[in-house]
Amino acid sequence: MEFLNFSFLGSYYSFFLQGAYVTVLLAIISVIAGTILGVLLTLMRRSKIKVVRWISIAYVEFIRGTPLLAQVYLVYVGLPMLLQLNIPDFTTGAIALTIHASAYISETMRSGIEAVPYGQSEAARSLGMNSRRTMLDIILPQAFKNILPALGNQFIGNIKDSSLVSVIGIAELMYETTTVRGTTALGLEPIIVCSLIYLVLTLTLTRLLTFVERRLKSSDHR
Amino acid sequence: MITVKHLYKSFNSHEVLSDINCTIHDGEVIVIIGPSGSGKSTLLRCLNLLETPTQGSIIIDGQDITDRKVNIDQVREKMGMVFQQFNLFPHKTVIKNICHAPIRVRKMKRGDAEQQGMDLLSKVGLREKKDVYPITLSGGQQQRIAIARALAMQPTAMLFDEPTSALDPEMVSEVLAVIKDLAKEGMTMVIVTHEMGFAKEVGDRIIFMDGGQIVEENTPEELFRHPQHARTQNFLSKILH
Repeated sequence: MEFLNFSFLGSYYSFFLQGAYVTVLLAIISVIAGTILGVLLTLMRRSKIKVVRWISIAYVEFIRGTPLLAQVYLVYVGLPMLLQLNIPDFTTGAIALTIHASAYISETMRSGIEAVPYGQSEAARSLGMNSRRTMLDIILPQAFKNILPALGNQFIGNIKDSSLVSVIGIAELMYETTTVRGTTALGLEPIIVCSLIYLVLTLTLTRLLTFVERRLKSSDHR
Repeated sequence: MITVKHLYKSFNSHEVLSDINCTIHDGEVIVIIGPSGSGKSTLLRCLNLLETPTQGSIIIDGQDITDRKVNIDQVREKMGMVFQQFNLFPHKTVIKNICHAPIRVRKMKRGDAEQQGMDLLSKVGLREKKDVYPITLSGGQQQRIAIARALAMQPTAMLFDEPTSALDPEMVSEVLAVIKDLAKEGMTMVIVTHEMGFAKEVGDRIIFMDGGQIVEENTPEELFRHPQHARTQNFLSKILH
């Protein structure tokens, strides 16, 4: 494989490490914030007030029906205009990824809640717990456990999705790769390195999640 | 005292309860029997508003709980319920199942709630199970924990919705024994059950329901020995061999 030249790694490896760090950071922020926002959207979806329900449905449909790239630009250009604020690029990217993830997480959350047997809610209510406490203490913890594998997949998805915010100049892994390609004039090699880093990240996460899942399942086994 | 007056309940156009009238005195044990689909579980579930009656009133100690202004959570605190499927919280250990509502709803101190929880566990004979998860317990054990959980709210009345129907036969007696103990202590109870021997033994009064109505009510001796109504006779002839 003479035509592949990886000697650039000696002087450029720090670009990839720095990029991978930002990528992981973006994925962590967007999956945590996306989960909080996603739960909120799910609760709105279950609200007794029609308008609140509609807002949640419209939001989720819009996000799921438009490309992430369009959403990234919408947030990047639209949000500062809307708020009349100068928002740092990293924050804009994190917000765009969060908004995107929250729509998918809310749908997952909804199925997770529906999978909790109705008797759980009846038992809690019959003990005098109000609907809010029932949701927080009894339904949501069980729903979270139900959706943990899906949430893990969302996290892995976020790692890959975050590559799109390179278009607004956030120095995550894909952006740094482009920089290296430009400086070294190498077309293929930096992309191979970048892909392998993504693969290592996602594979490690998959393993980690299997482990956590097994721990959490301790109450399911005799 | 619980008084049910002209209670109706429909699911869509299907009438499940029709003009139910009955009174449950303090310390009384009422057993509701009847064929499946007769509305006995629905009546029970109306008593703590897990089902909302379509019409009529339920007056508990002078308060009509079907009034929209009534805080139903406070009513339910005083009304323990035990379900056919136990419905223990699978993500909480036994002691946490029992202590959660007392701590969160009644604002008991954790230490006091746990002390009470241990006393209740002794009462149902499962003290050593305090730290295990419900899934590790047999059906009979789970149901006894569910009874302890309901008692932890210190209710003035207990509702039992077919508490032994989901149990393997050999576990029925351990659950019935706990309920009998409660009866001896003078707890007000309404029990829906298919266990006729148990009904006879524990009930102060038996209510026989069919087709959404109370067909007949009487002391166990009278009802089982001299059923007045043809529908009661028919039901008993099928169930008592």
